[in-house]
Amino acid sequence: MAKAYTPGLKVSASTEHEAHRILPIQGEVKVAEGDLVDADTIVAETFMDGDVTPLNVANLLSAQPGEVPGLMLKQEGDSVEKDEPIARSKGIFGMFKNECKAPASGTLQAISKTTGQVMIAGPMIPVQVKAYLPGRVDSVLPGEGVVVKNTVTLIQGIFGVGGETSGRIVIATSSHDEELRAELITEEMSGAIIIGGGRMTAEAIQKAREVGASAIVSGGLDDSDLKQILGYDLGVAITGTEKLGVTVVVTEGFGEIGMARRTYELLSARAGRQASVNGATQIRAGVMRPEILIPVEDGSDFDGDAIETESGVLELGTPIRIIRDPFFGMIGTVAALPEAPQVLGSGSKSRVLDVALESGDTVTVPRANVELIET
Amino acid sequence: MSSESTFNPADVKVILATDCGSTTTKAIMIEQVDGVYRQTWRGEAPTTVEEPFADVTVGVINSLTEIQEVSGRRLLDDQGRIIRPATADEGCDIYISTSSAGGGLQMMVAGVVREMTAASAKRAALGAGAIVMDTIASNDKRRPHEQIQRIRELRPDMVLISGGTDGGDTKKVTEIAELIAPAKPRPRFGKAYELPIIFAGNEKAQPEMNRVFGDGGFDLKITDNLRPSLEQENLGPARDMIHDVFLEHVMAHAPGYDKLMSITDAPIMPTPGAVGDILQTIAKGRGINAVGVDIGGATTDVFSVFDGTFNRTVSANLGMSYSISNVCAEATLPTILRWVHIDMDERELRNRVKNKMIRPTTIPQTLEALVFEQAVAREALRLAYKQHKEFATTLKGVQQQRTVGDTFSQQSGGETIVDNMKLDLLVASGGVLSHAPRMHQTAMLLIDAFEPEGVTELAKDSIFMMPHLGVLASVHEQAAMEVFERDCLVYLGTCVAAKGAGKPGKSCFSWSLDGGSRGSGELQFGDLEHVELGPDESAEIEIRPARGFDVGAGPGKVLKRTVRGGTVGLILDARGRPLALPEERQACRSAMQKVIDQIGLYPAAESTPVTQESGSSD
Repeated sequence: MAKAYTPGLKVSASTEHEAHRILPIQGEVKVAEGDLVDADTIVAETFMDGDVTPLNVANLLSAQPGEVPGLMLKQEGDSVEKDEPIARSKGIFGMFKNECKAPASGTLQAISKTTGQVMIAGPMIPVQVKAYLPGRVDSVLPGEGVVVKNTVTLIQGIFGVGGETSGRIVIATSSHDEELRAELITEEMSGAIIIGGGRMTAEAIQKAREVGASAIVSGGLDDSDLKQILGYDLGVAITGTEKLGVTVVVTEGFGEIGMARRTYELLSARAGRQASVNGATQIRAGVMRPEILIPVEDGSDFDGDAIETESGVLELGTPIRIIRDPFFGMIGTVAALPEAPQVLGSGSKSRVLDVALESGDTVTVPRANVELIET
Repeated sequence: MSSESTFNPADVKVILATDCGSTTTKAIMIEQVDGVYRQTWRGEAPTTVEEPFADVTVGVINSLTEIQEVSGRRLLDDQGRIIRPATADEGCDIYISTSSAGGGLQMMVAGVVREMTAASAKRAALGAGAIVMDTIASNDKRRPHEQIQRIRELRPDMVLISGGTDGGDTKKVTEIAELIAPAKPRPRFGKAYELPIIFAGNEKAQPEMNRVFGDGGFDLKITDNLRPSLEQENLGPARDMIHDVFLEHVMAHAPGYDKLMSITDAPIMPTPGAVGDILQTIAKGRGINAVGVDIGGATTDVFSVFDGTFNRTVSANLGMSYSISNVCAEATLPTILRWVHIDMDERELRNRVKNKMIRPTTIPQTLEALVFEQAVAREALRLAYKQHKEFATTLKGVQQQRTVGDTFSQQSGGETIVDNMKLDLLVASGGVLSHAPRMHQTAMLLIDAFEPEGVTELAKDSIFMMPHLGVLASVHEQAAMEVFERDCLVYLGTCVAAKGAGKPGKSCFSWSLDGGSRGSGELQFGDLEHVELGPDESAEIEIRPARGFDVGAGPGKVLKRTVRGGTVGLILDARGRPLALPEERQACRSAMQKVIDQIGLYPAAESTPVTQESGSSD
């Protein structure tokens, strides 16, 4: 019977989900409580201060800083255009005057008589927040944003790159562990959320980019392929701002690993539906995992097992997945829970458990190296 | 706060101390036993800064309750308050705490010249226990609008500005302030929070600071110039001000800290600041040079005291779980594999590293996984120490008198003060060092990463008690020193290493212990030797280096010293300094295999993942 694979990772056929859509600074909320919104609806908007360009007028006009206010052609608060004269030297007997031109358009923000420095603030930069999750505006936080609510199928991945996007779910592989290769991706998948089973290859991600897919989701990914698509070796797991042209979500981990069977079945049952996907991952200081949100009226159209939660107790018979080598990715059930710590092959002492694998073998692993698959 | 409470140190019999970490609150009890202070009991509980508790004191009380239960001593009254003062079987005399919960203290620093006032400001912030998010300087090679953009992106807890010597030019430091004010950096906590700006620069520029930051949105604090002259660095007042602002602003915004501050008998210190303080106290007390390292999942802190000068660096992205992938990216896999004696598949390793990053709580199960993890740790430590050496320098910009002998030297200040030959004590803490299955592994990790020269004692922090003792040192130095020596440190032993290079097979140094009665021998270049010398033992060693090698007395000169034993004993290292491993992979593997055999680093490789009886642990 199905369930979530990591403490902290949620896989749910149907759950009430709230998307908090908040502006980075105060602004205007564009929708009202109760409004129905699409993924692309702009729900809040604001303007951020434009780029500030400092200009040392004293140096440019060979004047003392204290003289600068008297040399200004524009005053604090005035609008200026790029290359417009903003200050002029007195010259010699009224001749040989030097001018100082604005390096950028904007507003003259400050004139310092201590340093002779002038600040020009560029035009305000609009910042818009979209609804991302189609649904109903549940509440409005005045000046800040909204909370959009809907019943969704929620799948959290373990790692992703790329930001928010949306599209319809398309299943590309025939099983939960079939490798997602480039030839399985077709032109018809333009704008889609492509779902694979096993490891996705760098070529498959490249093909998804080429056909204009919104996102590509699969069980595993090789780190060398990740390096290839990013163009650099990812050091710290804070992602979401990459501009790859496609959002990538890995549900299980790195290497040859198939998507959890029930996750795959759940996504397959949602084929053709619209989904919102975000690859943003942050593993340190406030864990954030990538997510796939598929609005559903209720979960009744999925005849598999419904809610999978993220926590539970290890008991005999509990289904688990091993999350570290040498048995990484293997699934089984708890066969024994010895009380006393045991000495591992590494020489460390640790509390362990025996796992009866699907293959019929039994192995012993540290308790820290398994994840629950709850029933 | 009750930190103003006074007590007679001689009357203090029982001390409670907590360290509120991001995930765990660790409590220790210190008692006077037979006239000597000893750490007697410990307890821990999850930190409760987050919902549903949102009150740090809940975790503190839980950790103290655990001590109460295991010790049988009643510490809390019926209302959950700490019982003070101590009686024969109840309560304590002092309660103190450190904290790194909520991400610790995050700062931005600024100065006029990157290598001078900005570097001094960074040293002050790091010394106070902060994470320095960025250093802004007039010559940091960014254009002013790029600097403003960067300042906007940061969300510091406070900003430290320095610049100019006292009485000197005020223009440059005012320019820096004028960049920061319009950028309006937003603090991490709350919209109503006024961002504290500490000014520790040219005293003549103080009125300008009032003008620039007076418009609201900032809480300007002014303290003594941290670089009153080019020849002088005066970090104390700035560090004290950082601590004050940390308590008044940052801590006051963290859930439950107002309560915590009201029950401690000394101001709460940021955890790394306290670790730095205890290391300084010990170095001063014993008259030695010391280096401490704390390697965590995300960051590595290095502390050093050389000739009384303290430095601390935080390598923000060098760690063993969250940051393990970054260590591999920075060091590169071939460099890490220098420390591995067995064949490993690069593709497989890359995937393992990323899997550790995304699931940080897993532990190595096989010997192969442990060997690789310890190889990564060597590189993380090596990189962190390299950064530390580059940061801990003499003051730049100082005019120096030169002699004829200096004519060809281009040095103008800014040389590192970290001298491995002068290093007396190297202290390790952090999971990968503290929990290595064999202490020999911890010792070799330290030796390979730090490359100590001459005679150096090696130790580890037994249960990460240094933060507690750091804050204790501020109120009861004797108790802190006694517990540090007796309970905090586990001495691994002493490393004797020769500086210099040679050819394999040629003599490096010969040695004798207690006149040869406890052993003697000769090491060829490239050799290592392990000599048993127990934890409570010491011995007189005589080392006779070959020509061109230095063990502390000068090239080729004989050194006689008392060496301290430990759980590992003596490690005699004739691999030379700087440590150079063979470039060719196969030769490098053989060299590592030799080290493993000579020190007994790992048990014979196990084919099965778990053994019921074999292996050893600490």
